[in-house]
Amino acid sequence: MSASDTESIRKQTRAYVGVFVTLMVLTILTVAVSYFHMPVALAVLVALAIASFKGSLVAAVFMHLSHERKVIYWVLLLTVVFFIVLMFVPSLTEWDQRNIG
Amino acid sequence: MMEIPYTVEARPDTGVYNAKLGIWLFLASEVMLFGALFSSYVLLRTGAAPGTWHHGREFLNVPLATLNTIILIGSSVTMVMSWASLKMNDFKKFRLYMGLTFLAGVGFLIVKGFEYGHKFEAGLFPKSNTFLAIYFTLTGLHGLHVIGGMIVNGYFWGPGARMWKTQPERFANRIEVAGLYWHFVDLVWIFLFPTLYLL
Repeated sequence: MSASDTESIRKQTRAYVGVFVTLMVLTILTVAVSYFHMPVALAVLVALAIASFKGSLVAAVFMHLSHERKVIYWVLLLTVVFFIVLMFVPSLTEWDQRNIG
Repeated sequence: MMEIPYTVEARPDTGVYNAKLGIWLFLASEVMLFGALFSSYVLLRTGAAPGTWHHGREFLNVPLATLNTIILIGSSVTMVMSWASLKMNDFKKFRLYMGLTFLAGVGFLIVKGFEYGHKFEAGLFPKSNTFLAIYFTLTGLHGLHVIGGMIVNGYFWGPGARMWKTQPERFANRIEVAGLYWHFVDLVWIFLFPTLYLL
C-alpha cells in the first residue's frame, strides 16, 4: 500500500464518521416525526424520504457507490427497473380488480 | 494448482475483481427478494377492508427498535472501518473493528429476541393478524440475514484472517465484499424500521 493510498483512506474514514453522525440524527428525526400524527399519506412520504436519504448515504459512502465502476452501475440500473415494477404490482392488482369488477 | 482468477486485480472487461461483481449480482437478487415481500406488505395493507388493519404501533416496541437501528448503523461503521484498517496496514485495528461488528450483530439479535419473546408471551403470533404475519416474515428473514453475515464476519475475524499473512490484498477484498453484504442488511433495516414500526 503506497503512502498516498493510506492518506486517501484516512480521508475516507473521516467521511465514514460524518455519515455515522448524520445517520444517527436522521434516525432520531424519523422517530420524532412519527409522533406528530400527520395525515397518513404525508407520514408515509416523510418516512420514506428520510429512509431513502439514509439508504443513499449508506450506499454511496459505506458501499463505495459514489466512485464505482460502470459495470456495477449497470447491474444496479437493471435492479432499480425491476424493483420499480415490483412496487407497481400492488397498484396494478387494484386496477385489475376494479376493471374486472 | 490452478489459481482462482481475478481475486485481486481487476478483470479487464468488467474493471472490477470478480468477487465484487459477484456480490453485487447477489445483492441485486436480494433486492428482488425483499422487494417482493415489501410489495406484498403494501398490497395487503392497501387492500385491507377499512378499519381492519392492525398498525405496528399497537404491538411493537419503538424504543427497542430505535436502539436496534442505532446498533446496526453503528455496526456498518465498524465494518467499513475494519476494511479501511486493512487498507492502512493495521491488522490489530481490523480485528478490533471486526470484533465490534460481530458483537453488534449479537446485540441486535438479543434485542430482537426480547421483542419476539414479548410478543409470544402476549399471545401475538404470525397467525394473529395480517400485520403480524408480514412483520414476522420480514423481520425474521432480515434476522436470518444478520445471522448469515455474522457467520461470515466471525470466520474472517477468526480462522479466515490467516489469509492476511499470505495474500493481504485478497483478504482486504474479501472484507470489502463481506462489508457490501453487511451494509445491505443495514440498508434493508433502514426501510423496515419506519415502515413496520412507525407508520
